Amino acid sequence: MSHKYPSFLPRDRSWQPAQYTPGYKTSVARSPSQALVSIQRASDSERSGPVFDGLEIGQYDNDLLMNFRTEGEQAGLPIGERIIMHGQVIDQFGKPVPNTLVEMWQANAGGRYRHKKDNYLAPLDPNFGGVGRFITDADGRYHFRTVRPGPYPWPNGVNTWRPAHIHVSVMGPSISTRLITQLYFEGDPLIPLCPIVQVLKDPEAVETMIARLDMTMSKPMDCLAYRFDIVVRGALQTYFEE
Amino acid sequence: MYSQYKLQDDSGLLRETASQTSGPFVHIGLALEIAGFESRSDEIWQDLAKEGAKGEHIELVGHVYDGNGEAVHDALIEIWQADSDGNYVANFDNKQPFSGFGRSACALDGDFHFHTVKPGQVGFYGKPMAPHVSLAIFARGINLHLQTRAYFDDEPEANAECPILNSVPSVERRKTLIAKKEQGDGKPRYRFDIYLQGDNETVFFDF
Repeated sequence: MSHKYPSFLPRDRSWQPAQYTPGYKTSVARSPSQALVSIQRASDSERSGPVFDGLEIGQYDNDLLMNFRTEGEQAGLPIGERIIMHGQVIDQFGKPVPNTLVEMWQANAGGRYRHKKDNYLAPLDPNFGGVGRFITDADGRYHFRTVRPGPYPWPNGVNTWRPAHIHVSVMGPSISTRLITQLYFEGDPLIPLCPIVQVLKDPEAVETMIARLDMTMSKPMDCLAYRFDIVVRGALQTYFEE
Repeated sequence: MYSQYKLQDDSGLLRETASQTSGPFVHIGLALEIAGFESRSDEIWQDLAKEGAKGEHIELVGHVYDGNGEAVHDALIEIWQADSDGNYVANFDNKQPFSGFGRSACALDGDFHFHTVKPGQVGFYGKPMAPHVSLAIFARGINLHLQTRAYFDDEPEANAECPILNSVPSVERRKTLIAKKEQGDGKPRYRFDIYLQGDNETVFFDF
Protein backbone atom coordinates (compact mmCIF):
# COMPACT_ATOMS: atom_id res chain seq x y z
CA MET A 1 0.00 0.00 0.00
CA SER A 2 1.43 3.35 -0.94
CA HIS A 3 1.07 6.39 1.22
CA LYS A 4 0.34 9.93 0.18
CA TYR A 5 2.36 11.18 3.09
CA PRO A 6 6.04 10.88 4.01
CA SER A 7 7.23 9.22 7.18
CA PHE A 8 9.54 11.07 9.52
CA LEU A 9 12.79 10.39 11.31
CA PRO A 10 12.02 9.24 14.83
CA ARG A 11 12.10 11.87 17.53
CA ASP A 12 15.20 11.48 19.70
CA ARG A 13 13.65 11.56 23.13
CA SER A 14 17.00 11.48 24.90
CA TRP A 15 17.88 14.73 23.13
CA GLN A 16 14.48 16.24 23.82
CA PRO A 17 13.57 16.95 27.44
CA ALA A 18 12.27 14.21 29.70
CA GLN A 19 8.76 14.76 31.02
CA TYR A 20 9.67 14.41 34.71
CA THR A 21 12.17 17.17 35.52
CA PRO A 22 11.78 18.03 39.22
CA GLY A 23 13.91 21.19 39.03
CA TYR A 24 10.96 22.57 37.07
CA LYS A 25 8.37 21.95 39.75
CA THR A 26 5.19 22.02 37.69
CA SER A 27 6.47 19.04 35.70
CA VAL A 28 6.34 16.81 38.78
CA ALA A 29 2.55 16.39 38.81
CA ARG A 30 2.12 16.88 35.05
CA SER A 31 4.43 14.18 33.71
CA PRO A 32 3.20 10.70 32.81
CA SER A 33 4.57 7.93 35.01
CA GLN A 34 3.91 5.24 32.40
CA ALA A 35 6.07 4.74 29.33
CA LEU A 36 4.89 6.21 26.04
CA VAL A 37 3.42 3.64 23.67
CA SER A 38 5.38 3.71 20.41
CA ILE A 39 3.39 3.56 17.21
CA GLN A 40 5.71 1.24 15.30
CA ARG A 41 4.41 2.16 11.87
CA ALA A 42 3.01 5.64 11.67
CA SER A 43 -0.32 5.81 9.88
CA ASP A 44 -1.74 8.57 7.73
CA SER A 45 -3.10 10.01 10.98
CA GLU A 46 0.43 10.80 12.15
CA ARG A 47 2.00 11.47 8.74
CA SER A 48 -0.46 14.12 7.64
CA GLY A 49 -1.09 17.58 9.03
CA PRO A 50 -2.76 20.90 8.35
CA VAL A 51 -1.65 23.48 5.80
CA PHE A 52 -2.64 27.06 6.49
CA ASP A 53 -3.02 28.52 2.99
CA GLY A 54 -6.62 29.34 3.81
CA LEU A 55 -5.83 31.23 7.02
CA GLU A 56 -6.09 34.97 6.49
CA ILE A 57 -2.86 36.50 7.73
CA GLY A 58 -3.18 40.23 8.39
CA GLN A 59 -0.75 42.83 7.11
CA TYR A 60 0.84 43.36 10.54
CA ASP A 61 0.48 39.86 11.95
CA ASN A 62 4.29 39.47 11.94
CA ASP A 63 5.01 43.04 13.02
CA LEU A 64 4.63 43.48 16.77
CA LEU A 65 5.75 47.10 16.53
CA MET A 66 2.59 47.83 14.56
CA ASN A 67 -0.06 45.24 15.42
CA PHE A 68 -1.16 46.60 18.80
CA ARG A 69 -0.90 50.36 18.43
CA THR A 70 -3.50 52.22 20.43
CA GLU A 71 -5.64 54.98 19.03
CA GLY A 72 -5.71 58.49 20.42
CA GLU A 73 -3.34 60.32 22.76
CA GLN A 74 -1.25 57.33 23.73
CA ALA A 75 -0.78 56.20 20.13
CA GLY A 76 2.80 55.41 19.35
CA LEU A 77 5.35 52.68 19.16
CA PRO A 78 6.13 50.13 21.87
CA ILE A 79 8.97 50.91 24.26
CA GLY A 80 11.97 48.61 24.13
CA GLU A 81 14.85 47.36 22.06
CA ARG A 82 13.64 47.14 18.47
CA ILE A 83 14.63 43.87 16.85
CA ILE A 84 14.02 41.75 13.78
CA MET A 85 13.70 38.06 14.56
CA HIS A 86 14.20 35.97 11.46
CA GLY A 87 15.34 32.57 10.31
CA GLN A 88 14.62 29.52 8.30
CA VAL A 89 12.58 26.43 9.05
CA ILE A 90 14.48 23.41 7.78
CA ASP A 91 14.25 19.71 8.39
CA GLN A 92 16.95 17.41 9.71
CA PHE A 93 18.27 16.88 6.18
CA GLY A 94 18.67 20.64 5.80
CA LYS A 95 15.73 20.84 3.42
CA PRO A 96 13.69 24.07 3.69
CA VAL A 97 10.13 23.75 5.00
CA PRO A 98 8.11 26.20 2.89
CA ASN A 99 4.59 27.36 3.53
CA THR A 100 4.41 26.39 7.19
CA LEU A 101 2.91 28.31 10.07
CA VAL A 102 5.28 29.93 12.57
CA GLU A 103 3.66 31.56 15.58
CA MET A 104 5.27 33.46 18.46
CA TRP A 105 4.29 35.19 21.68
CA GLN A 106 6.21 37.08 24.30
CA ALA A 107 6.26 39.52 27.21
CA ASN A 108 6.95 43.21 26.70
CA ALA A 109 10.28 44.94 27.34
CA GLY A 110 9.61 44.86 31.10
CA GLY A 111 8.77 41.16 31.26
CA ARG A 112 4.98 41.63 31.53
CA TYR A 113 2.57 39.57 29.46
CA ARG A 114 -0.66 40.97 28.15
CA HIS A 115 -2.60 38.13 29.75
CA LYS A 116 -5.25 38.57 32.42
CA LYS A 117 -3.48 36.03 34.63
CA ASP A 118 -0.14 37.87 34.64
CA ASN A 119 -0.06 40.19 37.66
CA TYR A 120 3.66 41.03 37.72
CA LEU A 121 4.09 44.65 38.80
CA ALA A 122 6.03 45.72 35.69
CA PRO A 123 3.50 47.69 33.64
CA LEU A 124 1.82 46.81 30.37
CA ASP A 125 2.89 48.77 27.32
CA PRO A 126 -0.19 50.39 25.75
CA ASN A 127 1.28 49.85 22.29
CA PHE A 128 2.45 46.29 22.65
CA GLY A 129 0.41 43.10 22.40
CA GLY A 130 3.00 40.35 22.10
CA VAL A 131 1.65 37.97 19.47
CA GLY A 132 2.78 37.26 15.93
CA ARG A 133 2.38 34.74 13.14
CA PHE A 134 3.81 34.18 9.69
CA ILE A 135 3.73 31.56 6.93
CA THR A 136 7.24 30.62 5.73
CA ASP A 137 8.12 31.52 2.14
CA ALA A 138 9.27 29.14 -0.61
CA ASP A 139 12.71 28.88 1.06
CA GLY A 140 11.27 28.22 4.51
CA ARG A 141 12.14 31.73 5.72
CA TYR A 142 10.17 33.79 8.21
CA HIS A 143 10.61 37.15 9.89
CA PHE A 144 9.04 39.16 12.67
CA ARG A 145 9.63 42.65 13.97
CA THR A 146 9.26 43.15 17.71
CA VAL A 147 10.91 44.43 20.88
CA ARG A 148 13.27 42.29 22.87
CA PRO A 149 11.30 40.90 25.83
CA GLY A 150 12.45 41.40 29.40
CA PRO A 151 13.17 38.65 31.94
CA TYR A 152 10.53 38.03 34.58
CA PRO A 153 10.30 36.33 37.95
CA TRP A 154 8.20 33.23 38.54
CA PRO A 155 7.39 31.13 41.59
CA ASN A 156 9.54 28.04 41.15
CA GLY A 157 12.52 28.51 43.44
CA VAL A 158 12.46 31.44 45.85
CA ASN A 159 14.29 33.69 43.38
CA THR A 160 13.83 32.22 39.93
CA TRP A 161 13.82 34.38 36.80
CA ARG A 162 13.14 33.41 33.24
CA PRO A 163 15.73 34.55 30.72
CA ALA A 164 14.43 36.87 28.01
CA HIS A 165 12.60 34.56 25.64
CA ILE A 166 10.09 34.39 22.83
CA HIS A 167 7.79 31.38 22.61
CA VAL A 168 7.93 29.88 19.13
CA SER A 169 5.46 27.41 17.63
CA VAL A 170 5.92 25.63 14.31
CA MET A 171 3.73 23.08 12.58
CA GLY A 172 5.94 21.68 9.80
CA PRO A 173 4.55 19.27 7.21
CA SER A 174 2.75 16.94 9.64
CA ILE A 175 1.52 16.65 13.19
CA SER A 176 4.67 14.53 13.68
CA THR A 177 6.82 17.61 13.20
CA ARG A 178 4.73 19.85 15.47
CA LEU A 179 6.98 21.66 17.91
CA ILE A 180 6.77 24.41 20.50
CA THR A 181 9.99 25.84 21.84
CA GLN A 182 11.43 29.04 23.27
CA LEU A 183 13.94 31.38 21.67
CA TYR A 184 16.65 32.71 23.98
CA PHE A 185 19.14 35.47 23.25
CA GLU A 186 22.86 34.95 22.74
CA GLY A 187 24.89 35.82 25.82
CA ASP A 188 22.03 36.09 28.31
CA PRO A 189 23.50 35.12 31.71
CA LEU A 190 20.11 33.93 32.97
CA ILE A 191 20.05 31.04 30.47
CA PRO A 192 22.21 28.61 32.49
CA LEU A 193 20.31 29.46 35.70
CA CYS A 194 16.85 28.65 34.36
CA PRO A 195 15.13 25.43 35.50
CA ILE A 196 13.10 25.33 32.27
CA VAL A 197 16.25 25.49 30.15
CA GLN A 198 17.83 22.88 32.41
CA VAL A 199 15.19 20.30 31.51
CA LEU A 200 17.59 19.61 28.62
CA LYS A 201 20.46 17.35 29.61
CA ASP A 202 22.70 18.07 26.65
CA PRO A 203 24.20 21.58 26.51
CA GLU A 204 24.17 21.31 22.72
CA ALA A 205 20.40 20.94 22.81
CA VAL A 206 20.26 24.28 24.63
CA GLU A 207 22.30 25.79 21.79
CA THR A 208 19.49 24.95 19.35
CA MET A 209 17.30 27.47 21.19
CA ILE A 210 19.71 30.41 21.31
CA ALA A 211 19.19 33.07 18.66
CA ARG A 212 22.35 34.71 17.37
CA LEU A 213 22.88 38.43 16.94
CA ASP A 214 22.81 38.98 13.19
CA MET A 215 24.36 42.31 12.23
CA THR A 216 23.98 41.56 8.52
CA MET A 217 20.21 41.77 8.80
CA SER A 218 20.06 44.67 11.24
CA LYS A 219 18.90 48.04 9.97
CA PRO A 220 21.30 50.92 10.70
CA MET A 221 19.75 53.58 12.91
CA ASP A 222 16.57 51.48 13.19
CA CYS A 223 16.77 47.98 14.70
CA LEU A 224 19.05 45.04 15.47
CA ALA A 225 18.41 41.52 14.19
CA TYR A 226 18.56 38.04 15.66
CA ARG A 227 18.63 34.86 13.66
CA PHE A 228 16.76 31.80 14.86
CA ASP A 229 16.62 28.76 12.62
CA ILE A 230 14.22 25.97 13.47
CA VAL A 231 14.91 22.32 12.65
CA VAL A 232 11.96 19.94 12.43
CA ARG A 233 12.05 16.19 11.98
CA GLY A 234 13.32 15.00 8.63
CA ALA A 235 10.80 13.79 6.06
CA LEU A 236 11.60 10.45 4.43
CA GLN A 237 10.29 9.16 1.15
CA THR A 238 9.22 5.59 1.62
CA TYR A 239 10.10 3.52 -1.45
CA PHE A 240 9.25 0.05 -0.22
CA GLU A 241 6.31 -0.66 1.99
CA GLU A 242 3.90 -3.50 2.12
CA MET B 1 26.77 32.28 8.79
CA TYR B 2 24.96 33.36 11.93
CA SER B 3 22.69 30.38 12.33
CA GLN B 4 22.86 28.41 15.56
CA TYR B 5 22.70 25.25 13.44
CA LYS B 6 26.07 23.67 13.11
CA LEU B 7 24.85 20.78 15.20
CA GLN B 8 24.79 17.40 13.60
CA ASP B 9 24.58 13.94 15.02
CA ASP B 10 26.96 11.11 14.08
CA SER B 11 25.10 10.40 10.84
CA GLY B 12 25.33 14.01 9.71
CA LEU B 13 21.70 14.81 10.35
CA LEU B 14 20.76 18.08 11.96
CA ARG B 15 19.37 17.77 15.46
CA GLU B 16 15.73 18.66 15.96
CA THR B 17 15.26 21.98 17.75
CA ALA B 18 14.74 21.29 21.44
CA SER B 19 11.21 21.52 22.83
CA GLN B 20 10.17 23.72 25.75
CA THR B 21 6.94 24.06 27.67
CA SER B 22 4.33 26.35 26.18
CA GLY B 23 4.16 28.01 29.64
CA PRO B 24 1.27 29.65 31.51
CA PHE B 25 0.56 32.35 28.94
CA VAL B 26 0.26 30.20 25.82
CA HIS B 27 -3.14 31.78 25.20
CA ILE B 28 -1.78 35.15 24.14
CA GLY B 29 -0.11 33.35 21.24
CA LEU B 30 -2.41 30.49 20.34
CA ALA B 31 -5.80 31.12 22.01
CA LEU B 32 -6.23 34.88 21.97
CA GLU B 33 -9.77 35.18 23.28
CA ILE B 34 -8.81 33.21 26.44
CA ALA B 35 -6.07 35.72 27.21
CA GLY B 36 -8.59 38.56 26.97
CA PHE B 37 -7.08 39.66 23.68
CA GLU B 38 -8.86 40.94 20.64
CA SER B 39 -8.97 38.29 17.91
CA ARG B 40 -7.29 38.89 14.59
CA SER B 41 -9.12 38.71 11.26
CA ASP B 42 -8.98 34.93 11.29
CA GLU B 43 -8.13 32.50 14.10
CA ILE B 44 -7.52 28.79 14.51
CA TRP B 45 -10.08 27.74 17.06
CA GLN B 46 -12.44 25.04 18.22
CA ASP B 47 -15.17 24.91 15.56
CA LEU B 48 -13.82 22.46 12.99
CA ALA B 49 -17.24 21.79 11.51
CA LYS B 50 -19.50 24.60 10.40
CA GLU B 51 -23.11 24.28 9.40
CA GLY B 52 -23.26 22.26 6.21
CA ALA B 53 -20.27 20.08 7.00
CA LYS B 54 -20.93 16.52 5.91
CA GLY B 55 -21.25 13.86 8.61
CA GLU B 56 -22.56 13.50 12.13
CA HIS B 57 -21.99 16.71 14.07
CA ILE B 58 -20.61 16.08 17.54
CA GLU B 59 -18.98 17.84 20.45
CA LEU B 60 -15.73 16.54 21.89
CA VAL B 61 -15.08 17.82 25.41
CA GLY B 62 -12.88 16.93 28.34
CA HIS B 63 -10.89 18.00 31.35
CA VAL B 64 -7.16 17.57 31.83
CA TYR B 65 -6.10 16.38 35.29
CA ASP B 66 -2.67 16.35 36.89
CA GLY B 67 -1.24 13.64 39.14
CA ASN B 68 -3.01 15.09 42.19
CA GLY B 69 -6.39 15.01 40.49
CA GLU B 70 -6.41 18.79 40.09
CA ALA B 71 -7.81 20.22 36.86
CA VAL B 72 -5.17 21.75 34.58
CA HIS B 73 -6.70 25.06 33.62
CA ASP B 74 -3.86 26.35 31.47
CA ALA B 75 -3.74 23.45 28.99
CA LEU B 76 -4.02 24.04 25.27
CA ILE B 77 -5.33 21.16 23.18
CA GLU B 78 -4.88 20.68 19.45
CA ILE B 79 -6.76 18.08 17.46
CA TRP B 80 -6.27 16.63 14.02
CA GLN B 81 -8.81 14.29 12.48
CA ALA B 82 -10.17 12.91 9.25
CA ASP B 83 -13.47 14.05 7.78
CA SER B 84 -16.59 11.87 7.93
CA ASP B 85 -15.32 9.86 4.92
CA GLY B 86 -12.01 9.09 6.60
CA ASN B 87 -9.97 11.54 4.50
CA TYR B 88 -7.59 14.10 5.92
CA VAL B 89 -8.40 17.58 4.65
CA ALA B 90 -5.04 19.30 4.88
CA ASN B 91 -6.25 22.74 3.91
CA PHE B 92 -7.25 24.78 6.93
CA ASP B 93 -9.83 27.37 5.99
CA ASN B 94 -12.54 28.84 8.21
CA LYS B 95 -14.58 29.62 5.08
CA GLN B 96 -15.00 25.95 4.21
CA PRO B 97 -17.49 23.73 6.07
CA PHE B 98 -14.87 21.47 7.61
CA SER B 99 -11.20 21.72 8.54
CA GLY B 100 -9.41 18.81 10.17
CA PHE B 101 -7.43 20.91 12.63
CA GLY B 102 -8.51 22.90 15.67
CA ARG B 103 -7.43 24.29 19.03
CA SER B 104 -9.17 24.69 22.35
CA ALA B 105 -8.20 25.57 25.91
CA CYS B 106 -9.31 24.46 29.36
CA ALA B 107 -9.33 27.95 30.85
CA LEU B 108 -13.01 28.75 31.17
CA ASP B 109 -14.98 25.87 32.72
CA GLY B 110 -12.10 23.41 32.75
CA ASP B 111 -13.29 21.60 29.65
CA PHE B 112 -11.83 21.87 26.21
CA HIS B 113 -14.62 22.04 23.62
CA PHE B 114 -14.50 21.01 20.00
CA HIS B 115 -17.39 21.22 17.59
CA THR B 116 -16.65 18.78 14.84
CA VAL B 117 -17.92 15.78 12.93
CA LYS B 118 -17.34 12.19 13.85
CA PRO B 119 -14.39 11.06 11.74
CA GLY B 120 -14.64 8.15 9.34
CA GLN B 121 -12.28 5.21 9.33
CA VAL B 122 -8.75 5.75 8.04
CA GLY B 123 -6.84 2.89 6.44
CA PHE B 124 -3.74 1.40 7.99
CA TYR B 125 -1.68 -0.82 5.66
CA GLY B 126 -4.81 -2.38 4.19
CA LYS B 127 -6.78 -2.56 7.44
CA PRO B 128 -9.12 0.06 8.85
CA MET B 129 -8.36 1.92 12.06
CA ALA B 130 -11.32 2.70 14.29
CA PRO B 131 -12.59 6.29 14.06
CA HIS B 132 -10.33 8.47 16.15
CA VAL B 133 -9.13 12.00 16.77
CA SER B 134 -5.44 12.75 17.38
CA LEU B 135 -4.78 15.14 20.25
CA ALA B 136 -1.72 17.09 21.37
CA ILE B 137 -1.62 18.50 24.91
CA PHE B 138 0.46 21.56 25.70
CA ALA B 139 0.71 23.23 29.12
CA ARG B 140 2.92 24.73 31.74
CA GLY B 141 4.88 21.84 33.24
CA ILE B 142 4.77 19.76 30.04
CA ASN B 143 8.22 19.96 28.48
CA LEU B 144 7.32 18.25 25.22
CA HIS B 145 3.68 18.07 24.17
CA LEU B 146 1.87 14.82 24.87
CA GLN B 147 0.25 12.96 21.99
CA THR B 148 -2.80 10.77 22.35
CA ARG B 149 -5.90 9.58 20.48
CA ALA B 150 -9.58 9.71 21.35
CA TYR B 151 -11.72 6.79 20.18
CA PHE B 152 -15.51 6.52 20.59
CA ASP B 153 -17.36 4.20 22.99
CA ASP B 154 -20.19 3.60 20.50
CA GLU B 155 -17.75 1.96 18.05
CA PRO B 156 -16.97 -1.22 20.03
CA GLU B 157 -16.50 -3.48 16.99
CA ALA B 158 -14.17 -1.08 15.18
CA ASN B 159 -12.27 -0.39 18.40
CA ALA B 160 -11.78 -4.10 18.99
CA GLU B 161 -10.14 -4.42 15.55
CA CYS B 162 -8.08 -1.23 15.57
CA PRO B 163 -4.39 -2.06 15.07
CA ILE B 164 -3.18 1.00 16.97
CA LEU B 165 -5.52 0.53 19.93
CA ASN B 166 -4.51 -3.14 20.03
CA SER B 167 -0.84 -2.17 20.10
CA VAL B 168 -1.30 -0.76 23.61
CA PRO B 169 0.12 -3.60 25.72
CA SER B 170 -2.20 -3.17 28.70
CA VAL B 171 -5.78 -4.10 27.82
CA GLU B 172 -6.92 -2.13 30.85
CA ARG B 173 -5.13 1.03 29.73
CA ARG B 174 -6.74 0.93 26.27
CA LYS B 175 -9.91 2.09 28.02
CA THR B 176 -8.25 5.44 28.76
CA LEU B 177 -8.43 6.19 25.02
CA ILE B 178 -12.20 5.76 24.69
CA ALA B 179 -14.35 8.88 24.79
CA LYS B 180 -17.74 8.35 26.44
CA LYS B 181 -20.96 9.47 24.82
CA GLU B 182 -23.08 11.64 27.10
CA GLN B 183 -26.21 13.74 26.87
CA GLY B 184 -25.31 16.60 24.61
CA ASP B 185 -26.76 19.97 23.90
CA GLY B 186 -28.55 19.44 20.58
CA LYS B 187 -25.92 17.03 19.27
CA PRO B 188 -24.06 14.02 20.64
CA ARG B 189 -21.30 14.90 23.06
CA TYR B 190 -18.29 12.72 23.77
CA ARG B 191 -16.25 13.21 26.92
CA PHE B 192 -12.54 12.51 26.78
CA ASP B 193 -10.90 13.35 30.10
CA ILE B 194 -7.13 13.25 30.05
CA TYR B 195 -5.18 12.08 33.10
CA LEU B 196 -1.57 13.17 32.85
CA GLN B 197 -0.36 10.93 35.66
CA GLY B 198 -1.39 8.34 38.21
CA ASP B 199 -4.61 6.33 38.44
CA ASN B 200 -6.27 6.04 35.04
CA GLU B 201 -3.26 7.71 33.42
CA THR B 202 -4.07 8.27 29.76
CA VAL B 203 -2.00 6.40 27.20
CA PHE B 204 0.36 8.75 25.40
CA PHE B 205 2.03 7.83 22.15
CA ASP B 206 5.41 8.27 20.57
CA PHE B 207 5.38 8.43 16.78
